[in-house]
Amino acid sequence: MVTKLPKVPVVVVGMGWAGGIVSAELTKAGISVVGLERGKDRTTADYAMGHDELRYQHRQELMQDLSKETITYRNTVSGKALPMRHYGTFIVGDGVGGAGSHWNGQTYRFLPYDFEIRTKTIERYGIEKIPAWMEGLNDWGITYDEMEPYYDTFEKMAGISGETVELWGKRTNPYPTPPLVKTQLMKEFEKAATSFGYKPFVIPAANLSESYTNPDGISRGACQYCAYCENFGCEYGAKGDPAVTVIPVAKQTGKLDLRTHSNVLELTKSGGKADGVIYVDMLTGEKFEQPADVVVVASYVFNNSRLLLNSGIGTPYDPKTGKGTIGKNYCYQVTAGGSQLFFEDREFNLYGGAGALGIEIAEYMGDNFDHAEVDFLHGAGIRSTQYGDRPIAVNRVPAGTPAWGAEFKEKSIKYANSNFPVKTQGASLPHKENYLDLDPEFKDEFGYPLLRMTYEYTDNDRAMGKYMSAITRKFAEEIGADIIDTNEVQAPFNVNKDGNTHNTGGVIMGTDPEKSALNTYLQMWEAENVFVLGASAFPHNSCFNPTGTLGALSYRAAEGIQKYLKEGGLLVKA
Amino acid sequence: MSEQEKKESVLDKRSSRRTFIKNSGLTVGGVVLGGALGSLLIKDDKSTTHNTDTQNHAKTPIANPNIALMFFTPNQYQITQAAVERIFPEDANGPGAKELNAAVYIDHQLAGPWGSNVKDYRLGAFYKAEENQGPQTKLLRKDLFLAGLDSLNKYSNDQYKADFKELEATQQDEVLLAFSEDKVELYGKVSSSQFFSLLRTLTIEGVYADPMYGGNNEMVGWSMRKYPGSRMQYVAEIQDEKFIELEPQSLNSHMGH
Repeated sequence: MVTKLPKVPVVVVGMGWAGGIVSAELTKAGISVVGLERGKDRTTADYAMGHDELRYQHRQELMQDLSKETITYRNTVSGKALPMRHYGTFIVGDGVGGAGSHWNGQTYRFLPYDFEIRTKTIERYGIEKIPAWMEGLNDWGITYDEMEPYYDTFEKMAGISGETVELWGKRTNPYPTPPLVKTQLMKEFEKAATSFGYKPFVIPAANLSESYTNPDGISRGACQYCAYCENFGCEYGAKGDPAVTVIPVAKQTGKLDLRTHSNVLELTKSGGKADGVIYVDMLTGEKFEQPADVVVVASYVFNNSRLLLNSGIGTPYDPKTGKGTIGKNYCYQVTAGGSQLFFEDREFNLYGGAGALGIEIAEYMGDNFDHAEVDFLHGAGIRSTQYGDRPIAVNRVPAGTPAWGAEFKEKSIKYANSNFPVKTQGASLPHKENYLDLDPEFKDEFGYPLLRMTYEYTDNDRAMGKYMSAITRKFAEEIGADIIDTNEVQAPFNVNKDGNTHNTGGVIMGTDPEKSALNTYLQMWEAENVFVLGASAFPHNSCFNPTGTLGALSYRAAEGIQKYLKEGGLLVKA
Repeated sequence: MSEQEKKESVLDKRSSRRTFIKNSGLTVGGVVLGGALGSLLIKDDKSTTHNTDTQNHAKTPIANPNIALMFFTPNQYQITQAAVERIFPEDANGPGAKELNAAVYIDHQLAGPWGSNVKDYRLGAFYKAEENQGPQTKLLRKDLFLAGLDSLNKYSNDQYKADFKELEATQQDEVLLAFSEDKVELYGKVSSSQFFSLLRTLTIEGVYADPMYGGNNEMVGWSMRKYPGSRMQYVAEIQDEKFIELEPQSLNSHMGH
């Protein structure tokens, strides 16, 4: 039995960054919002015992319960997908704040090149530079200059710290807070980078470098470098988190009806629009129908595609024909090519750190270097980071050391404070056979099909990893490590091993309804009262953490939703 | 206190804590007990004669109430102690996983929800996985672990005519290597490397997780690698070019905040 509730103007699915930003902006404008979140409510008080590596990182305290829902995975279109039965590579947030509670806080803007990647690539290198399998590489339909004010708004709301970098797009304002401190290993990287003529910069961070009051009047304290960011919530509220920024603002208006433990199963539809959503109370099992004028789908990348596919909204992508859009252009993050440095007689204070503490160069990002003579597109940030090395997770030993026993113990202790990486974070460009659809066999606990991921690294990724490995090696040699292990080869993707959780695409934006699911307000071409927010909207993933761009697009979508509530219709002509 | 003095006093405390562990009843350096309880606590059951005088039970200095079993039988506990010690052995740095109570930690973990895979996806059929798809087994962690322990003994008897815990360290290493390389049949189609991987993961956790979970005895796992545990801030340390060693603190230090 499903209880039908009174109609509301806006229902938001998922209360992470995207849902939180939209809820804050709409409620501030006087619009009533129902926010549905499948997990629990959270405040900083929930993190009083937050420095517990086992509970939060290895038992995934803040993550979605996979017994209820997971994804299935296969490397190729001909393989059989099997469920990710426990967490490996992807960690999917749960509860108010979503992935915005457990993230590290690295907050980048994408490059001007990213937003016009097809046009700019063809201009500089000709159409033949784009391989046939990368046909899905498209402009985003919006330029960097048009995105700039939204980035600015997001950065001011979250209090992002950082320094202006020349090789990125122009900024109208400096970062609202100064960069985080430089640690000894960052200084080592900086010295090497400067000797090569590069211009190193401190990574822009949502870990506040100083006390800060944002334009909404939210005051937060500075980061204490306690080293518990990734997988953890911040007990100080120093880390930008929807639960300490936009959600309290939305709550304060009295216009947000936040319903936790409310898991949306599907969107209902009639006549090319959504009517609302069906959700289940995860504590009691009761089902409800919530009608709404506008449905904002703002859950995680995977569930955004899954909800639309399970609701029959939008046309599913077919990798054989290239037709359809839902599930298209799933992209990941490429991190091959790193070098690991070990020192015999130097120790660094690696127990301290912050999730976005690090230093980087922009010279090999995007199209900041000439690709005429290389067999790949886009690029990577070359970087060293200091997140804080926790002892269960981090036991770096030189290559060839056994994984257990006397030698393992001796070396893992010897190098515990005597190592650091020079690593890469590379772009992930679309491959026509990397996509998301519904699994034909496996179901969630309510009987709905799981999302199926088909994904493998591409030739572009492998060539880029090899190229970047020479650069990280050069850094390691200049820094003067005693042992240097360089990874030149991108291994096949492994759903239980790969260490990155930057997932993008599936419900992408663009200018052509044949090639994209959304316009640049993240409004669905095929259902005008449905807005789909998140990194799922990225047509490709750049060489950055996705949250900054996700946040900027959420502000743009919030603007679009207000316009739609007044005027109706498609906000951009196809 | 100068930086140097501070450092020395930290080191003093660290070494005195080590001495305490070595000499204390936690690992039964001196007193040797008989019966089921005694056999649990014997540090090296090959090197001592068992004293079955039950009067000694009353004198047992059990200082740590975490040391009791929720899941293992005494024999399973002893096999586990022997196995974890080979994964992370005692050496010049300090105690091994056995003395750090990694086997107690493992017992507690397998007894709890994680041992029964309650947050894992358990629906649908279990097919044989490709290498990149991660393990697909219906076996719960607690059952996989017990099957592994049985198999360790069976394999040890096949190869060396003795139970695993009775073998020399080098023989134990050879047995574990065979398990890690998937050379042993475990239970049904389950590979021995899956058990080994679980054993290794649990050993590292048992050495380095917060002591409230039963392992990382007296935080010595942390102090061996100069890890300060769960302190609230490192604003000064992180900007210092020199390494600063701090005495570890556990989550217990956050109580009452």
